[in-house]
Amino acid sequence: MDFSAVVQDNINSLLYFVPELILTGLILLLVVADLLLKEKHSPWMSIIALAGAVVVMFSVVGQYELGTRSIFNNMLVVDPFSLYFKLLFLASAIMVVFLSIGSIELAGRPVGEYFTLLMTLTLGMFLMASATNMLTIFVSIELVSIMSFVLATYLKTRRRSSEAGLKYAIYGAFSSGLMLYGISLLYGLTGTLNIYEIGEVLAGRDSHGLALVVSVIFIIAGFGYKIASVPFHFWSPDVYEGAPTPITAFLSVGPKAAGFAMLIRFFNVALATGGGGGSESWSATAGVDWPQLLAVISAATMTLGNLVALSQTNIKRLLAYSSIAHAGYALMGVVLLSEQGIHATMFYLVIYYMMNLGAFLVVIICQDIVGSERIEDYRGLAFRAPIPALAMGVFLFSLTGLPPTAGFIGKFYLFAGVIKAGTSFYWLAIVGLLNSVVALYYYARILKAMFFEKAGEEATSTLPVSPYYVTLLAVFAVPIIILGLYWAPLADLAHHSVGFLRAL
Amino acid sequence: MSVGLNHYLFLAAVLFVLGLYAVITKKNAVTVLMGIELILNAANINFVAFSRYTDTDMDGQVFAIFVIVTAAAAAAVALAIVLNLYERLKSINLDEADSLSG
Repeated sequence: MDFSAVVQDNINSLLYFVPELILTGLILLLVVADLLLKEKHSPWMSIIALAGAVVVMFSVVGQYELGTRSIFNNMLVVDPFSLYFKLLFLASAIMVVFLSIGSIELAGRPVGEYFTLLMTLTLGMFLMASATNMLTIFVSIELVSIMSFVLATYLKTRRRSSEAGLKYAIYGAFSSGLMLYGISLLYGLTGTLNIYEIGEVLAGRDSHGLALVVSVIFIIAGFGYKIASVPFHFWSPDVYEGAPTPITAFLSVGPKAAGFAMLIRFFNVALATGGGGGSESWSATAGVDWPQLLAVISAATMTLGNLVALSQTNIKRLLAYSSIAHAGYALMGVVLLSEQGIHATMFYLVIYYMMNLGAFLVVIICQDIVGSERIEDYRGLAFRAPIPALAMGVFLFSLTGLPPTAGFIGKFYLFAGVIKAGTSFYWLAIVGLLNSVVALYYYARILKAMFFEKAGEEATSTLPVSPYYVTLLAVFAVPIIILGLYWAPLADLAHHSVGFLRAL
Repeated sequence: MSVGLNHYLFLAAVLFVLGLYAVITKKNAVTVLMGIELILNAANINFVAFSRYTDTDMDGQVFAIFVIVTAAAAAAVALAIVLNLYERLKSINLDEADSLSG
């Protein structure tokens, strides 16, 4: 390509890159502000982070008007699909800032680096959602991973946090190594790194050798690690238990959604043909039956997550296994090769964001007022602190998928998509339904402890909950109920955002 | 005998398997990280060899440079985490990092 044309395209792309540029500016501002502010726990840091995130959010909303476009010489893309996920990442980053402000776990640790790392992680997720080249895919995954390692180890004087960070770093580096090897094989097979060109090359061939299957399986290792699906989930319970709770909440929502965004884009662009607008479905590239492969992963993920969650006694660990199971549910929509399936997954991820962050918020509050993460210490909580207990009831009902909560609607869309996709996926719907029943058992166990069991003699006093936490609980719980009754706006937004750039 | 693409791919595959072996069997955290570096370098050899021997542009070689940079960043963070764990446990044996399980 002509050199000046390349430069010109890069300059023209800057307009489409404004949210990321603002986010980068915010990160630099946080670094400088941390140096200038004398005290280590200045509230200004969180104010700057929040204000900056809100500005970025407005600029992302503004991007909707610019339409779909491939930028930086086809390295990244701006389309409604990526913007939808970017809004989700910003929403989770903002709520995690709120969660972190109140957390007593993080008190005593410097806030400057914390918010800087948090916002850098958000930038990495932005790039993950819009990456269309194997290079940007790899680099953005690494950006998110490295920031996550540091944040998981943020309570470095605690043994559990240190171990969580170590396990995270080793699993993360290992799975990105596997993914990289897979990318290198795919590059050799197709001669290009651009996922649209990979798709064209693969669609133009009649038969594919074993090498393509091997490389796709290695690449799934990288995605599977990000979304914590079986068999790449081993890190997640340990990391979720050991990391500071606000970071656990963030890791269970943000990077997981980013992994889904990337997974959907990669598989549908590079390894499927057809589609091209409308609701018509498309078909997988010959040689790799990845829908069935991912369907097996989905079933295994939700089954393992739910079965192991049954025996957990630590609430953070239980929620870790529950979030593995939810990755399995969300994967159900990815495998269908239809817009309806992708729509269901995108819709589900937003609902999952609210109910999962809400559940972790209750965990943070209980660490504060009860001082424990064990489920047995939650006994009688409904009488001692009724508001968090009630909110936890809403979140857990929603996670189970019971009406009238948003979780029910999310699951309904997923199951409806699976059943519409034809008889070859009926077994997946049945596995999903059975899993929902299993999930009810361990979620109900927490509720039973809170509402129907008596606390010990020494713990009968009522526990005060600050108005700050009550407000945050309402911010999560009320939308879950409202979306359970009137979900059309969110479903429409997800529907409008399904259209991602299919061809250059 | 002239050296061709297949020789490089074979070398990369051997490196990859050695790295995999180190990651799976070794208990020392630093040795495991070295195994991961072997895997990354195996991929790098693949990238550069494909870029050199097939009818493609420089993408593969550029990719290899990016991999070297991100691997350095990841290794710096991972070694800092290992060092921090050593301060807690006085050991970098992965089997002793067992307070989280279940």
